[in-house]
Amino acid sequence: MEKRLPTIEINEKYCKGCHICVEFCPTRVFEMKGFIATVKNQEACIECMQCELRCPDFAIKVLP
Amino acid sequence: MSKIAFLQGNEACAYGALYAGCRFFAGYPITPSTEVAEVMAKELPKVGGKFIQMEDEIGAMAAIIGASLTGVKSLTATSGPGFSLKQENLGYACITEVPCVIINVMRGGPSTGMPTGPSQSDVMQAKWGTHGDHPAICIVPASVQELFTETVRAFNLSEKYRMPVTVMPDEIVGHMRERIEIPEPGVIPLTDRTPPSVEPEEYKPYDTRFGDVPPLAAFGSEYRFHVTGLNKAEDGFPTTRAELVQQEEERQMRKIEDHIDDIVSYEEYMLDDADVAVVAFGSTARSARFAVREAREAGIKAGLFRIITYWPFPEKQIAGIAGRVKAIITPEMNLGMTFHEVMRCAAGKSTVSGIFRVDGEPINPGQILDKIKEALR
Amino acid sequence: MSFDYEKYIRPGKLPHIWCPGCGHGIVMKGLIRAMDALGMKKNNTAIVSGIGCASRLPGYIDCCTLHTTHGRAVAFATGIKMAKPEMQVLCVGGDGDGVAIGGNHFIHACRRNINITYLIMNNNIYGMTGGQFSPTTPTGAKASTTPYGNPDPPFDIAKLAIGAGATFVARGTAYHANQIEKLLVEAIRHKGFSVVEILDSCPTTYGRRNRFRSVVEMMNNLKEIAVSVQAAEHMSPEQMQGKVLTGVLYRDNRPEYVEEYQKVIEAAQDFAG
Ligand SMILES: Cc1ncc(C[n+]2csc(CCOP(=O)(O)OP(=O)(O)O)c2C)c(N)n1
Ligand code: SF4
Ligand code: SF4
Ligand code: SF4
Repeated sequence: MEKRLPTIEINEKYCKGCHICVEFCPTRVFEMKGFIATVKNQEACIECMQCELRCPDFAIKVLP
Repeated sequence: MSKIAFLQGNEACAYGALYAGCRFFAGYPITPSTEVAEVMAKELPKVGGKFIQMEDEIGAMAAIIGASLTGVKSLTATSGPGFSLKQENLGYACITEVPCVIINVMRGGPSTGMPTGPSQSDVMQAKWGTHGDHPAICIVPASVQELFTETVRAFNLSEKYRMPVTVMPDEIVGHMRERIEIPEPGVIPLTDRTPPSVEPEEYKPYDTRFGDVPPLAAFGSEYRFHVTGLNKAEDGFPTTRAELVQQEEERQMRKIEDHIDDIVSYEEYMLDDADVAVVAFGSTARSARFAVREAREAGIKAGLFRIITYWPFPEKQIAGIAGRVKAIITPEMNLGMTFHEVMRCAAGKSTVSGIFRVDGEPINPGQILDKIKEALR
Repeated sequence: MSFDYEKYIRPGKLPHIWCPGCGHGIVMKGLIRAMDALGMKKNNTAIVSGIGCASRLPGYIDCCTLHTTHGRAVAFATGIKMAKPEMQVLCVGGDGDGVAIGGNHFIHACRRNINITYLIMNNNIYGMTGGQFSPTTPTGAKASTTPYGNPDPPFDIAKLAIGAGATFVARGTAYHANQIEKLLVEAIRHKGFSVVEILDSCPTTYGRRNRFRSVVEMMNNLKEIAVSVQAAEHMSPEQMQGKVLTGVLYRDNRPEYVEEYQKVIEAAQDFAG
């Protein structure tokens, strides 16, 4: 059975581009696109939830 | 049936607060106001109320605002240096419109000044002590009985207009002992803040649809809201929108300005045909009354205007008197605070002269009588 | 599981005012999760703060919230708790607010052991006013008012709280986001005055003056210096150099203030007959 990927939502209205998600995701799922974070590598996500926990701006949701 | 009691002024003040329904007191000991705290410490727990001695006057002022926000009528009491410390949070109670009552028993100042000496020199601080524009109500009783009833009135005004009210006896009034009558509960009508009538989702703590004094909900009720000392909009949240800030500040002032006659209280004594009026308050007004009587006996048409509500100042009344008398005299235990207010109201329609004492001694009737004679010369 | 923060956030209040990377946002999320884990009722919860960037937190949370004057949160909260003991009362604020201007209220609340939880967001600086040193700024650090390095020695907030009589004292960091929630849950459950100090970061006014090139470096620093109480048991004093203990640092059982006052009420009423 194919692994179902989590959905990673970034709310662009909230993101302030602090890089925290980019640097601390263990599998480097994010990258910066200008001043906003984006999901570059969704397949790599191991659903550790650290990005959602640490984003200071309530901008990330990791949905199963 | 009313009860007769022989009380000290400060004690009467505490009993007045209890009569008014006060159930929370926070304070910090300071002469000459400490007896208010002592009575509250003894009496509040008997009626299920709470007393707390805080670490300083700043904390005491803060605690009564917090308590009042839960819907409990709250009191603090202090003197000079403590009143100075309370000023920032007094301003907080003004801008957030939280009812509470502050007793400030006036002693000599500035600074430590004369801790046991009487004074009337905090009346300007009661209005201008905290920064920014804000409404102020300040009451200056002259007897033990009046300390009781005026403390009740202070709570009523505070609840009615959603704002802090200060009651400021001078040390002499705070410490004198007199026989007073304590009415049966309910004889003096009590006012409670207007609770909201809207659904919780609709509630705004500064909702002007209900007039200049918006209903106030209690923390811990079915209503929840935000309170901040920043300039705020109707919903209680901070705003920097110029027109809203202006509107809100003006509304707060209107709470007083539009209800002057409801708030201002005073006593006139032999003023109708007077040639000279003495304008006085607190213990000084007691000497003044004596002097006026003596003057009348000597054939001089003197009268007394006794200020009971100091802020808002009885401008209209004093302007009226100034138009009728030749001279006004302002004896006071400070260096001319009331004098300048009276000058402003008299606007040149009569002469105004003062007796100013800051040496810790009361102004005696003889001094005032001499001044009355001098003024008519 | 993704967490739905919005159910405790007031509608329309996000994005918040804090700077990019400011640790206060991470701490606020921890607090919201703790409130949710405890099933705290919005109407029965008061959140009280002083003045500062950290003190803007209550404005976002849909409870009874009180944003007071600088340093006085605990005193306001004491009034609320005394007058309405059935309410859950939390205080939040910064290091300057809590232990500089508010230091006196802080130690006396610890002494009374009143059932309030105090969350201090310690970023070692006065953020709101532009980066002046605070009582927790390390000696030698740069702030706008210590251009030659800070001559003042800092407070250890947790030790101060323990010394003053708080009965639950814990420390975490903004890096250890999960732990913030856990510590707060324990603190709020605890009966008595509980203090939770969260080391967090002000990239805007502290980081840039003190050779942290980004908030990421500041977060990494928090990760490196934090040593859990358990791990510290196996470490020598030399190994502990430059580290800070995290976790529950102190726990004690002492009579709680409001309950003690209830006894005063009973005594007074007995006396009155
Ligand atoms: C009586 C008073 N003094 C000074 C200030 C100015 N002031 C506002 S916030 C602040 C410091 C805030 O620092 P902190 O509490 O550490 O919170 P942070 O902004 O770092 O989150 C100061 C000094 C004030 N508002 N009131
Ligand atoms: S952590 Fe949040 S605010 Fe920071 S860059 Fe990532 S999404 Fe944006
Ligand atoms: S859940 Fe973990 S692995 Fe997935 S994106 Fe977030 S930090 Fe990366
Ligand atoms: S100045 Fe510092 S403490 Fe204030 S919001 Fe910005 S990063 Fe946070």
